[in-house]
Amino acid sequence: MADPLALIRRLGAATVDRIWRLGFASRFLLAIFVHSGAAFRRLPLTLREIYFSGVLSLLIILVSGLFVGLVLGLQGYETLQRYGSTEALGILVALSLVRELGPVVAGLLFASRAGSSITAEIGLMKTTEQLKAMDMMAVNPIARVVAPRFWGGVISMPLLAAMFSAMGVFGGWLIGVVLIGVDDGAFWSQMQSSVDFRYDVLNGIIKSVVFGFAVSLIAVFEGYDSVPTAEGVSRAITRTVVTSAMTILALDFVLTSFMFRGN
Amino acid sequence: MNRTVLDLWVGLFVAMGLAAILFLALKVGNLSSAHLSDTYVLQAKFDNIGGLKVRGPVKSAGVLVGRIADIRFDPASYEAVVTLNVDGRYRFPKDTFASIYTAGLLGEQYIGLDVGGDEKMLQAGETIAKTQSAVVLEKLISQFLFNKASEGQGSK
Repeated sequence: MADPLALIRRLGAATVDRIWRLGFASRFLLAIFVHSGAAFRRLPLTLREIYFSGVLSLLIILVSGLFVGLVLGLQGYETLQRYGSTEALGILVALSLVRELGPVVAGLLFASRAGSSITAEIGLMKTTEQLKAMDMMAVNPIARVVAPRFWGGVISMPLLAAMFSAMGVFGGWLIGVVLIGVDDGAFWSQMQSSVDFRYDVLNGIIKSVVFGFAVSLIAVFEGYDSVPTAEGVSRAITRTVVTSAMTILALDFVLTSFMFRGN
Repeated sequence: MNRTVLDLWVGLFVAMGLAAILFLALKVGNLSSAHLSDTYVLQAKFDNIGGLKVRGPVKSAGVLVGRIADIRFDPASYEAVVTLNVDGRYRFPKDTFASIYTAGLLGEQYIGLDVGGDEKMLQAGETIAKTQSAVVLEKLISQFLFNKASEGQGSK
């Protein structure tokens, strides 16, 4: 270890490994697209995955959305009150949820709730050689196992993000209007006059779709590419959550800079 | 293919998601009321538009009647050409006055249409002839100071 060259060698090996995996992931995504026809022909498979990654994530998404909305309501009121414009609370809560917090936080929660379990499932299938067994029976594991999980995640994610935002707005309303006593009409009308459907809501939905693709791809890829041991699967799960979080935040910056230029 | 309990849950999930999107569109966003489906275009030229923004409101008598579609600079006349998308339900007379106002002390700027008495109506694509530019605070203050100074000299 005293050899200074060893460090550089390790760094180089790690870099090459990353690039290798990136290339494999791209080819993997292509394979999923090629084989997704089968996933849609056998719809119950995909429905099952929507149930596992979408319906079972409902609780965490709805409760988190509510609490994020409550906090936004409190903090927003606290700040806006100084400028005597508490009616703008609705704008603040709705815009921050619809544009940023909804897609991003829902994406992070989705990655840790559903993404990790997808990785664990596929990783364990690989460890117990179920994927190989499928191959032996001339069943393509990408079409049978990977594609339905991928599309289940892609479909669930925007719906979850929308529910998160809606719940958050409700939470903000609960704090602002019901508890503190901001005027109900002003809260909604100010919100409606400054939240534009195409500019704010639709861009938020586009964000959540992109995050859905990213998280689902990372989750199925890490599972498929995991080292087939107990330790390897556990590492793959960790990597899913970490990589998803970083990808979501980085993509969010890129998308925001494209969408909201503040013209 | 048999219906299963799973289908019910997935159906419920998708319905809730769509309901949330609908809620965001109608209750949070302005798809329902302020979205102008059937619009026509008017143009107005201003010497100075101040802080006017694209997508800003166009109001008449305080009511939202349109949105600003485009702002560009006319290199021939050195004026700002503002394109307005006006709600198709409303027609305005030829001598309508377009002015740039500010909502509140620090609020956003918007175009106010003050209606004249002409019998003829503005047609789609026409230009509003009478406009009033945005009030630039610095100009106002300097004018005030200038007037005060000249008053002071006059009394001597």
